[in-house]
Amino acid sequence: MNTHAYIHRDDLTSKTGMWLFLFTEMLLFGGLFVVYSVYRFRNPLAFHMAAGELSVFIGTLNTVILLTSSATIAMSVTAMQKQNKKLTLLLLGITILLGVAFLVNKYFEWGGHIREHIYPGSSVLALRGQGDVLFYGLYYFMTGLHALHIVIGLVFIGFITVFVFINKVNTENFVLLENSGLYWHLVDLIWIFLFPLFYLIT
Amino acid sequence: MSPEKNAAEHNYLNYKGKYKGIFSWIFSTDHKRIGLLYLFSILSFFIIGATLGLLMKFELIAPGSTIMDAQSYNAFFTLHGIIMIFAVVIPGLPAVFGNFLLPIMIGAKDVAFPKINLLSWYLYVTGVTLVLLSQFAGQGPPDTGWTFYAPYSFRTTNTMLPAVFGAFVLGFSSILTGLNFLVTIHRMRAPGMTWLKMPLFPWSLYATGWVQLLATPIIGITLLMIVGERTLHIGFFDPTLGGDPILYQHLFWTYSHPAVYIMILPAMGAISEIISTFSHKTIFGYRFMIASLLAIAFVGYFIWGHHMFTSGMSGTALYTFSLLTFLVAIPSAIKVFNWISTMHKGSIDLQTPFYWAMAFIFVFMIGGFSGLILGSLAANVHLHNTHFVVAHFHFIVFGGTGFAFFGAAHYWFPKITGRMYDTKWANIGLVLFFLGFITLYGPMFYLGFKGMPRRYFDYDEVFHAGNIISTMGSWVLYSGLAIILINLFSALRGGKKAVSDPWGGKTLEWTIPSPPPVENFVETPFITRGPYDYK
Amino acid sequence: MGNEKNHIIPYLSILYVLAGLIALTLTSVTLTHIFLGTLTVTIALLIAAIKSFFVLRIFMHLKFEKRMFSIGVTAVALLISVVIIITLLDYLYR
Repeated sequence: MNTHAYIHRDDLTSKTGMWLFLFTEMLLFGGLFVVYSVYRFRNPLAFHMAAGELSVFIGTLNTVILLTSSATIAMSVTAMQKQNKKLTLLLLGITILLGVAFLVNKYFEWGGHIREHIYPGSSVLALRGQGDVLFYGLYYFMTGLHALHIVIGLVFIGFITVFVFINKVNTENFVLLENSGLYWHLVDLIWIFLFPLFYLIT
Repeated sequence: MSPEKNAAEHNYLNYKGKYKGIFSWIFSTDHKRIGLLYLFSILSFFIIGATLGLLMKFELIAPGSTIMDAQSYNAFFTLHGIIMIFAVVIPGLPAVFGNFLLPIMIGAKDVAFPKINLLSWYLYVTGVTLVLLSQFAGQGPPDTGWTFYAPYSFRTTNTMLPAVFGAFVLGFSSILTGLNFLVTIHRMRAPGMTWLKMPLFPWSLYATGWVQLLATPIIGITLLMIVGERTLHIGFFDPTLGGDPILYQHLFWTYSHPAVYIMILPAMGAISEIISTFSHKTIFGYRFMIASLLAIAFVGYFIWGHHMFTSGMSGTALYTFSLLTFLVAIPSAIKVFNWISTMHKGSIDLQTPFYWAMAFIFVFMIGGFSGLILGSLAANVHLHNTHFVVAHFHFIVFGGTGFAFFGAAHYWFPKITGRMYDTKWANIGLVLFFLGFITLYGPMFYLGFKGMPRRYFDYDEVFHAGNIISTMGSWVLYSGLAIILINLFSALRGGKKAVSDPWGGKTLEWTIPSPPPVENFVETPFITRGPYDYK
Repeated sequence: MGNEKNHIIPYLSILYVLAGLIALTLTSVTLTHIFLGTLTVTIALLIAAIKSFFVLRIFMHLKFEKRMFSIGVTAVALLISVVIIITLLDYLYR
């Protein structure tokens, strides 16, 4: 009598679950894209001008950082499949470092704006006009939510790195590594759309 | 000792696992126990919500203040709505009967992610706790209505954040349940059970799962935006900062309309099971039933604007939403025709679940027709925000999901508990419940048509008679509910022991003992026949 | 368990894709400074879509997974787009 028939590991089930979760994240940010679309439509000039105040350099740098970190975590899966534990750990470490670099850039970027009193609820922002209020409101909310997801992703990858180190995630069983990669790629995908919508509409 | 008797004595209820006592329940990852944890929670909150409703109706028995003032009434209908919508009917059938029956009906031993299943329940409890806390924290209970409309929801000085955040957490619970069921149905069907051999209740949970997964995040982000408005003044919905309150409504209803399909699709699935079993006949038009479930789920995404016809949308939006709204009635009607056709020339066994199913069809149709009336732009101008709307959604949600919930409870009670209930008292309860229901909500169509607004604690003397009738209906309904629940609870102890298949059903749950063993199936079944193989 | 587990994406393929992604990024930045007007955004979003396509296909392995996943991603993207379009039907014609 087999009372534990479903205990055997099923990677496809695990991966399917992760993809479905990614769909919910897409819809979560999708709601914000709805808000962006409406307010951009209603305030085209204000958005255009406000976008000019953002640093295209930092934005581009962050984009390249995130794209590279996506590549490194994708390569870590290859390394795992090729049974190269050292390279897997190295690549995961680089991914985490790049993620942290992204957050550091964000910190300086936001700091710059906040020093000029451009933040949600500030009277300086309110005085600049409704289009600016909406642009920066969306800027802080969307990049803020995105940054939160970077943090979550880094924690997730951090755990997986430890698991790889202690061989809990290994060449026979690495679906968790793949899933953490999928999550990280999603965070990258969201930024791929955020970048032009906030930095390149000048 | 017969094998069946021996099997029924080792079941999921008396199973001795790692934990003892209450911990064997609240730490259990067994889908059957989790289903019962949900049943306990949902039933408790339903009773709280129903009591709130009873008190609201008592306030409305006469014009002017009867037992409460205007502000209290606002708080009452807000909490009544939040509890009934987010804590009762949305989790409702999927969380209780989906959890218990889905794996069994597809021949699996559990859902795809049992631990996440338990997490869903923890999130549920956390969410409702936060909502209840909002009643007692700080500045007075929330008074915005369950719809949290901007700008009032971020301007009111009453406590809002715990309620808003509670709803957010409840949404997350719903998402995880949907995710779990989708993966379970995709990956864990028994060998031989192709998609077109799966019964309609699992199919309904599949369609519902997509709505839970893809619609709920929208309310998640919208509620977060309300939090942002209240705390950071981001200005998305604040007209003084350039925001548009109607955008809030768009976002809110983009979830909350599909949400009503989360409520009704599993109900329709359960009704299909009941009607097939008690007609001793296969469901008429099985494939069309599946297509209708999926069509309702699909079209349901694109019709949210019918909640906003009088809010100030463009003419183009008005026509688009009204037209698409009428479309969704078509698959719903197909289902009603197919239920009736199933009964036609069937060998009808008049049992309590079947009476519930017939009552369901009756009230669902009334609710549905009134929805078509509301979906007509011209009529909507007159009827929006009147009691006509209140009647509509109570007929279709309480009548639909609620009646199906009680029908499912009476149908699967023997399987879940291993006991039979007293049929006479069950039917008495049902009759009282049904009569009370019609008396409570029927007059509201007329009152609304004559112009009585909703969410008002006071009204013009001309509406007085209708309100007296309606309030008395609430007393009859509540008594019926009491009889139903007391009857089922006393059956838990004193009911006759149930066999595997007391009703003559053909789906997989009726092939295993009542109550089921922990692992559901001693041997994984191999499916060779369709789900309703009556010959 | 199925083909996708055995399929290994070579390091070089990943690096080629990364190079392409960075090139596309720099292109869209440069284009912003050259052209003006509403077309800029359309092109920028188009480039973003192309970048997403490669991230999804290669980095996220969709090219080698079961078809269902690609269909799902496409369906979700379409759903979001349709919701945005229908919402804009309100704002465009007010």
